[in-house]
Amino acid sequence: MSHKKVPLLRLEPRAETARVMVYAAPLIAVVLTLIGGSVLFALMGFAPHVALYNFFIAPISDTYGLSELAVKATPLVLIAIGLSLGFRANVWNIGAEGQLTIGALFGGMVALALNDLTGWYILPLEIIAGVLAGMAWAAIPAFLRTRFNTNEILVSLMLTYIAQLLLNLLVHGVLRDPAALGFPQSKAFSDSTLLPTILDGTRVTSSTIITLLIVGIAWVVVAKSFVGFQIRVAGLAPAAARYAGFRQPRLVWMTLLAGGGLAGLAGIFEVAGPIGQLQPTISPGYGFTAIIVAFLGRLHPLGILLAGLLVALSYLGGEAVQINMGMPLAVTGVFQGMLLFFLLACDVLVSYRIRWRGTGQGAVTGARAAKG
Amino acid sequence: MSKSILSRVLGTAAAVALGLAAAGAHADGKVKAGFIYVGPHNDGGYSQQHDMGRLEAQKNLGDKVETSYVESVPEGADAERVIRQMAASGANIIFTTSFGFMDATIKVAKQFPKVKFEHATGYKTADNVGIYNARFYEGRAVIGTMAGRLTKTNKIGYVASFPIPEVIQGINSATLAARAVNPNVTMSVVWVNSWYDPGKEAAAAQALMDQGVDVIMQHTDSPAPLQAAAQRGFWGFGQSGDMHQYAPDAQATGIVDHWGDYYTQRIQAVIDGTWKPDNTWGGFAANMVNLATFSDKLPADVKAEALKVEDDIKTGKRHPFQGPIKKQDGSEVIPAGKTLSDDELSGMNYYVEGVIGTIPN
Amino acid sequence: MFLDTTGAIIAATIIAATPLLLAAIGELVTEKSGVLNLGVEGMMLVGAVAGFAVDSAGGGAFGGLIAAMLAGAAMAALFGFLTLFLLTNQVATGLALTMFGTGLSALAGQGFVGTTVPRLGKIDIPLLSQIPLLGPAFFSHDALVYGSVLITAAVWYFLYRTRGGLILRAMGESADVAHAIGYPVIGIRFAAVLFGGAMAGLGGAYLSLAYTPLWAENMTAGRGWVALALVVFATWRPWRAMLGAYIFGGVTIAQLHVQGMGVSIPPQLLSMLPYAATIVVLVIISRDATRVKLNAPAALGKPFLPTA
Repeated sequence: MSHKKVPLLRLEPRAETARVMVYAAPLIAVVLTLIGGSVLFALMGFAPHVALYNFFIAPISDTYGLSELAVKATPLVLIAIGLSLGFRANVWNIGAEGQLTIGALFGGMVALALNDLTGWYILPLEIIAGVLAGMAWAAIPAFLRTRFNTNEILVSLMLTYIAQLLLNLLVHGVLRDPAALGFPQSKAFSDSTLLPTILDGTRVTSSTIITLLIVGIAWVVVAKSFVGFQIRVAGLAPAAARYAGFRQPRLVWMTLLAGGGLAGLAGIFEVAGPIGQLQPTISPGYGFTAIIVAFLGRLHPLGILLAGLLVALSYLGGEAVQINMGMPLAVTGVFQGMLLFFLLACDVLVSYRIRWRGTGQGAVTGARAAKG
Repeated sequence: MSKSILSRVLGTAAAVALGLAAAGAHADGKVKAGFIYVGPHNDGGYSQQHDMGRLEAQKNLGDKVETSYVESVPEGADAERVIRQMAASGANIIFTTSFGFMDATIKVAKQFPKVKFEHATGYKTADNVGIYNARFYEGRAVIGTMAGRLTKTNKIGYVASFPIPEVIQGINSATLAARAVNPNVTMSVVWVNSWYDPGKEAAAAQALMDQGVDVIMQHTDSPAPLQAAAQRGFWGFGQSGDMHQYAPDAQATGIVDHWGDYYTQRIQAVIDGTWKPDNTWGGFAANMVNLATFSDKLPADVKAEALKVEDDIKTGKRHPFQGPIKKQDGSEVIPAGKTLSDDELSGMNYYVEGVIGTIPN
Repeated sequence: MFLDTTGAIIAATIIAATPLLLAAIGELVTEKSGVLNLGVEGMMLVGAVAGFAVDSAGGGAFGGLIAAMLAGAAMAALFGFLTLFLLTNQVATGLALTMFGTGLSALAGQGFVGTTVPRLGKIDIPLLSQIPLLGPAFFSHDALVYGSVLITAAVWYFLYRTRGGLILRAMGESADVAHAIGYPVIGIRFAAVLFGGAMAGLGGAYLSLAYTPLWAENMTAGRGWVALALVVFATWRPWRAMLGAYIFGGVTIAQLHVQGMGVSIPPQLLSMLPYAATIVVLVIISRDATRVKLNAPAALGKPFLPTA
C-alpha cells in the first residue's frame, strides 16, 4: 500500500452529527458489502446472487428462521448492552465470555440442585444465581483495578480461560450425569428448571422478552439518568469527571458488575434455554462477538439491538450457504470480516465529512497535511 | 446458464420457505445425505476422516446420492439449528459426527420423523436415530504391542485430550498390550485439555520425553506429538488419519478412522428403503479402524507381530481386554478367561496396572 | 539426569514463549504509539499460513519468515487504514480483523493441510552450547529464538534510547501535542501498526515453521490473545514482556511435567495455572500505581484527527 504525502482524501469533522448519515451509513455499508461479497463469491466460484440470497434472506424466510434469529441474537444483544456501559466509561471488560460461562455454571448448578422439585420460585432462583455469579466473576477485575490498579483487560481475559477450565473440570467430575457413560455432561434440566418457550415449535423463550426489556431500560439509563451522564462524562473526559466529583472506582464497579451480570444472565439463559444441561461448550464465543456488536451499535441500546440481529443473521447465513451451496466456512469468515469492516468504516460518515484532495477546503489543509 | 441459476434460486427459496421436510425420494431420484462436523472439514484429524468417509460414500454411490456438510459446528445451542436446517433442506439421512451433538440430534429427529439420523460416539437412540462408533481400542492394542517392543527406556508416553471412556479405553488397551510383551513398561499420561492445539500437544510430548519416555502415543488430533518424537529420533504413532507424510520414519504406524464403508452401507440402506436404527461399534473386522502406513525403519519382527495382533483381533482370536486385568491398586477387574463386555468398556473409568497417575475427576 | 531435565524444561519454556514474545513485542510497539490492535490472533494466523505456504512452495524457511512478516503487516495495514484514516473504533476493528484473518487463513491454507516442511534448524552457539545445563537451555535453539531476544533488545533500545522512540512514545501520550509540535502522527502510528503486524506474523510463522511444522486452521489456539494480555502484563515495557512470556511458557511447561510425573491434581486445575499466575504477578507489579501510569500510553485506543 503506497503512502502518499498528500492524502487523497481527508476527514473533516461535522459541526454536529449528520442525522441522515445515522441511518444512511449502515445502508451504504450494506450496499458496499453486497458488492464486495459478490466479488468474493464470484472469485470463489459461487453465483453471487444465490450466495447473497442464502446469506441474508433464506435464513429468515420462514417463522422458524426468524425465531432462530432471535435465539442467536438474544445473548449477543444482552452481553453487548452490558459491555457498552463499561466501554462508554473506558472500562475495558473483554472477559464477558468468562462471565457468561460462570453464570451458566452456577445458575446451572442451582437448576441441577432443584431438578427434582417443582415450583414457580425455581427459575427465578437459578436466574438470580446466574446473574450473581457473572457479577462475582466481573467483581474480580473490578476489585483488582480499584484496589490494586490492575488492568482489567488482562484480568478479565485471563479469567475467561479459568472459567472455561472450571466448567470443564466440573462437568468431567462432580456435575457429570452418572448415566452419561462417562461423557462430560450433566443431567438434563427438568421442565421446572427450563425456560418455557413462548412460541410453539420454536426455541424462543422469555429470555428474548427480558432482553428487549433490558434494551429499553438501558436506553433510559444511558440517555436520561444521572448515572448515564456520569458514565458518558467519565468516558469522554476522565479529568472533568474527577473534577465534577464523580467517583471513578464507583463507575468501575458499576459498569463491570452490570456487564458481568448481563453476561451471566446470557449464560443461564443459554443453559436453561436452548441447551438444557451443563456441558463443556456453552458459548460459541458470544462474549467476544458481543464486543463487536456493542461498537457496531455505536454503544447505543437500539443500535446494539440492530447490530445484534445483523451479526446473528450473518452466522445463520453462514450455515445456510454451507448447507445449500457447499460453501466452506472459511469464506463466511472472510465475508463476515468484510461486512464488519464496511459497517465500521461507514460510521465515519456520521461524524465526518469526506473531502477529496483539491475540493473545497481540502486544499487549505492539504498544505498542512504535506508535513505528514 | 442464467436460467438454471434462477431455477436453483427459486428451488432453494421454495425449499426453505416451505420448510420442506424430506419425505423420501426427491424429484431427481437422489438421496441426500448431510454431515455435521465439529471441526473444519480439513482439520487433518477427526473431522477430516469423516469428510473422507463422506467422499468415499459419494464415490461409491455416484449419482444415487448427493452429500453436503456443515463444518465447525459448536457443540452448544447452534447444533440443533444446523441439524434442523439440514433436515429442512431435504436431507434424507444426517450423520452428526461428534458426541456433543447427541441431544440436539434426538430433538431434531423427533421433529423430522421421516429423516434418518446417525449419531457418532453417543448412546441415545430413537426410531429414526441410529448410533455408530469405532473400536479404536483395538488399534491401541496393536500399537501398544509395538511400543512395548520398541521402547528402550521402558517408558511410554501418552498425550491425551479429555478423560472420557473412549480415551481411557485407549490408554488401558495400549498399556495392557505393551506389558504383555514387556512387563517392565510403564505408561505416563499428560492431558492437554484440548482435542486440537498443536503447540500444547508438542509441549506435552516434549515434557514426556524429557522425563525419559522414548515412545509417544497420542489421542489428540494434530501430528505435533508425532513430529516432536521424530525430532528426537523416537517413535510415535499417528491418530485419526494417516500421518505418515508428517514423519515418514518416526511414525511406526497409527490408528486411522475409516468411515467410508459404513457411510456407504447406511446411505445404500436409505436408497433401498431398508434403513433401521442400529447400534454399530465396529473395529478392524468392520473395517472402521485401520492401521496407518508402517515406517520403513520399523524392525521386521515388530511389524510382523503387529500385523499378527491385528489379525488375531480381526478374527476374534484375541480381545484387547482379556482377563486377568488388574487395576492400579492390584485389585482384579476381570479374571483370566473372561473379557470385558461392551457395557463395561463403555463406562471405563479406571486405569489398569502400569499406568502412572490417577484419572482426573 | 536432573541437570538434563532442568535444561530441557528451560529450553521448552523458551520455545513455548517465543511466539508469544514475538507477537507481544510487536503489539507493545503498536500500543506505545497509542493504537490498540486486538487483531493479533488473526494476524498471527495469516502469518502462519503465509510463512508455511512460501516455505513449502520452495521459498525456504527464510523466505517463509519474510512472507509471514509481510502478510502480518498487510493485515495490519488494513487495520491501520480503517482505524487511522477512517477513524473506525480500534477495539471493534481489531476483533473484526481476527474474524477476517481466521477465515482468510483457513481459505488460503486449504491446500496445505496434511503437508509439512523441514523444521527451522537449530543453531548451536559454539562453546556456549557445550556448557552443562545452560548450553541446552539457552544456546541450542533455532534462529528465531535468538532473534526474538535481539528484537526485544532492539525495541527497548529504540523506545528508550533513540529520538525516534521518544517521538513514538509521544504519540501514545498525546497525539494532539505531538501533532502540534509538528510530528506526522498518523504516519508514525501507521508504521507502528505495521511493525506490530509483522511481528505477529512472525510469531505465527514460528508456530507453523519451527514449533510444529504444519498448517492447520486456528493453529494459534488463542496465543494471540495471550500475547495481548502480556503487553498489559508487561506494563508496556519490552523486557517485562519477555519476562511475562517466559513465566507464562514456564508455568505451561511445568504443569505438563507435573502431570507426566503422575501427580494427581486435575489437569484442568493445572491448566489454569499460567492464567492465574499472570494475574497474580500483574497484581503485584501494578500495586505501584504511579509507575504503571508512567508506562501506560495515555492516548491508547483514542482516535486522532489532525486539526489545523
